[in-house]
Amino acid sequence: MARFGMVIDTKKCVGCMDCVVACKTENNVPEGLNRDWIVQDVKGTYPTLNMQIRTERCNHCDNPPCVYCCPCGASHIHELGGVVLVYHDKCSGCKACMAACPYDARFIHPDGYANKCTFCIHRVENGMDPACVSVCPTHCMYFGDLDDPNSELNKLLNSRKHRALITEAGTKPQIFYLD
Amino acid sequence: MDVSRRKFLKISGASLGLVAASSTIGGFVKKSNAFFENKSEDSKSVKKIPTYCDICFWKCGAIAYVRDGKLWKIEGNPDDPLSKGRLCPRGTGGIGAHYDKDRLTSPLIRKNNRGEEEWVAVTWDEALTYIADKMQKIKSSYGPESMAFFSHGIGGNFLKHMIKAYGSANIAAPSFAQCRGPRDVGFRMTFGEDIGSPERTDIENAKCLVLIGSHLGENMHNTQVQEFAKMNGDGGVIIVADPRFSVAASKAKYYLPVKPGTDIALVNAWMNVIVNENLYDKEYVDKYGFGFEQFKAEIQKYTPEWAYIETGVSPELIRDSAREMAKYKPATLIHPGRHTTWYGDDAQRSRAIALLNALMGSWGRKGGFFYPVSMDVPAYPYPEYPHSDKPKVDNPDKKYPFAHETLTTGIREATITGKPYPVKGWLVYGTNLMQALPNRDETIKAIQNLDLMVVVDVVPSEIAGWADVVLPEPVYLERYDDMNVEFFKEPFVAIRQPVVEPPNEQKPNWWIAKKLAEKLGLGNYFPWNDIEEYYKTRLTNAGLSFDELKKKGIIKGKKQPIYFDEGVPDKFQTPSGKIEFYSLQLQEKGFDPVPKFNKQKEPPAGTFRLLFGRAPVHTFSKTQNNPLLYDMMSENEIWVNKDVANKYGLKSGDYVKLKNQDGVVSNKIKVKATERIRTDCVYMVHGFGHNAKKQTLAYGKGASDAGLITKYAVDPLMGGNGMSVNFVSLEMQL
Repeated sequence: MARFGMVIDTKKCVGCMDCVVACKTENNVPEGLNRDWIVQDVKGTYPTLNMQIRTERCNHCDNPPCVYCCPCGASHIHELGGVVLVYHDKCSGCKACMAACPYDARFIHPDGYANKCTFCIHRVENGMDPACVSVCPTHCMYFGDLDDPNSELNKLLNSRKHRALITEAGTKPQIFYLD
Repeated sequence: MDVSRRKFLKISGASLGLVAASSTIGGFVKKSNAFFENKSEDSKSVKKIPTYCDICFWKCGAIAYVRDGKLWKIEGNPDDPLSKGRLCPRGTGGIGAHYDKDRLTSPLIRKNNRGEEEWVAVTWDEALTYIADKMQKIKSSYGPESMAFFSHGIGGNFLKHMIKAYGSANIAAPSFAQCRGPRDVGFRMTFGEDIGSPERTDIENAKCLVLIGSHLGENMHNTQVQEFAKMNGDGGVIIVADPRFSVAASKAKYYLPVKPGTDIALVNAWMNVIVNENLYDKEYVDKYGFGFEQFKAEIQKYTPEWAYIETGVSPELIRDSAREMAKYKPATLIHPGRHTTWYGDDAQRSRAIALLNALMGSWGRKGGFFYPVSMDVPAYPYPEYPHSDKPKVDNPDKKYPFAHETLTTGIREATITGKPYPVKGWLVYGTNLMQALPNRDETIKAIQNLDLMVVVDVVPSEIAGWADVVLPEPVYLERYDDMNVEFFKEPFVAIRQPVVEPPNEQKPNWWIAKKLAEKLGLGNYFPWNDIEEYYKTRLTNAGLSFDELKKKGIIKGKKQPIYFDEGVPDKFQTPSGKIEFYSLQLQEKGFDPVPKFNKQKEPPAGTFRLLFGRAPVHTFSKTQNNPLLYDMMSENEIWVNKDVANKYGLKSGDYVKLKNQDGVVSNKIKVKATERIRTDCVYMVHGFGHNAKKQTLAYGKGASDAGLITKYAVDPLMGGNGMSVNFVSLEMQL
């Protein structure tokens, strides 16, 4: 069984938002909304500063509160790769999932259902990377199977210092950031 | 730039209880695949068409996807040496240009006063007849040289050809006097050649990259950013000197918080350390250098201790970073920058940067500066242009002896004064002069002196607002443009071709140029029937296939040597034939043969030096109304040091206005209170604060740096406009 995830090299990311734009065109995300976003994490005082730049999105958690709290069975774990998805026509737009998500990864689509990153499962099923990964001019994002010990992801995770976001929430996020 | 998700959560929290009551609606619906929003890319409804991008001048190879006859998305063309299969965010967002609701749809002739943005829609024949009549009158009354052309980007090529055929060489782009000019002059004075565009910087193979105010990553020149990320990811060393803690600074091993306007002091101090500690490439300097001993004597006074007083950068940091760069020579690249018109001494600063590179031995070497190559595609065999006895109007008596391209502001000056001869017509293509040139009042004054003002554009831009005639062009995804015979690391040609039809009556530049030439009796200069025939002639003469180019988007030539050690002749086109550490040609014209540091005026108390730069999601002032890119960044912010902001009681998200030394007040602009900038300057992204009312998204959003740049320092070597010489105060009254 595959377990899809991402590894993102923050050393390379410049925060250009190409991932955000590509997601919007690939998935027809409506104006004013976006499924991925950039965070610039600044620490220190001028001129002794550190800044980590991250591209963030739904973490496709292994222990996803958005799925457990969904009263309609719309939020669910997809059989392929453990990707967290939403059945649009089952979703009532109640926003319970949005309140449950520690990453603020979801929003309500103007058509009335909860919406978020799908890891571009429609592309992945056809052997392609998610749109954000495939456009990134800095090649800072890696998508693949975390269960495969030989995957590029595991090679990176085994050789570089990394962390996931808000792990204290216990949701077991599947996106990892290399320092 | 941070996109906050918080607002969504807040909305959810407020309405949760209310909506939860109806939560079982849809609960019984059968499992569906509704999350598969898109059909497969290989489905019959999807067509892929290669072209090259026009959102900036980098000209990245792209593949556009059309689904069910509608433009869907654009990706990089993997065969293209510039994009390497990946576009930048602006390129990815390029489809927004096609969907912009405010686009120009038909030719327009001015109804009321210039600048009032009121026109009457006319036919193409009416518009072109009007222009041709006026151009003939200008020619007979003043001579053809009194018609000037302002152009930016490859789209202007055919119009340029038409203006030359008409008899004028007064053709200028803001890319020289308002941008890269000083850099190209500084390098030309040193190595005998320009940097060019795309830059001949071999960032990919550099082991150490030094950026002086250059903000790669925010400045999104695709290939450079790709190579920057790779070089950094591979463990390369980055050194950044910038008054602002840029994105690049966050990747740097050494960050030097240099005081604005003191870069020459810093670079000279670096050179002082490198020369006196014998850290330079001695063999290279001995072999290629001219006047090294005089240069060495000149820079003795620029010790790190001296430079500390000027730059605010500690002597240790200057020494450590100098020693660090020397470790990796010749693969140490001190980036020449691109937008280099800052203080009016910019050609000399660029020359200092060129000399530092010479000490590293990086010119002509891997990881430094390569020699660009191109394919041999003969120009179209046009008739010769008419001869003119008048020199170009922009630089009378060679006032700026080292200006090797035409000066936009020189043409503007001549248009205002009528000297050395009158300029009575402007044709403007692909450049919003209102935001590109400093001192808007001078631009308006010049325009008011014209008998004819024509703007070709895709959107009702600010400069279009001042036109007598506005000609609407299709966006790049709906038209052919000239072929790109690029000078880069490997030779290639690229095609820009229509992906979808223009939605209204827009006509491409090649068509406009040809039709206008015919009306001017210059039809013989456009012997081809359409641009496909033009392409076919040129490609056939080069032994290449039009059909292949159309299908692939790119045809590559054979790899050629690009470094000295690959066989590029190590010759320098300077007067001495060597790398000029000491420049006699500068000395002869009364300039410093070795760059000297001169103090800049400091901002008076209560004011801040206004600095500006780029955001990765916008190009100049031309993408702010693109709905996709607007969605990424709809307004700019004024970066204010946090301590300064606290003193003023300002926090991020508050709005202020900026007032400059001449009393010009900006639109209101959002404050970004940040640790990432010095206390003596403020910073904003260029291109916002549009006052063209018909651009409904961009209108009035953010503030315009250009509007506040009433003062500019002219570079005495080459006429460039140093624009970082304006001081602003923060005005709380909105």
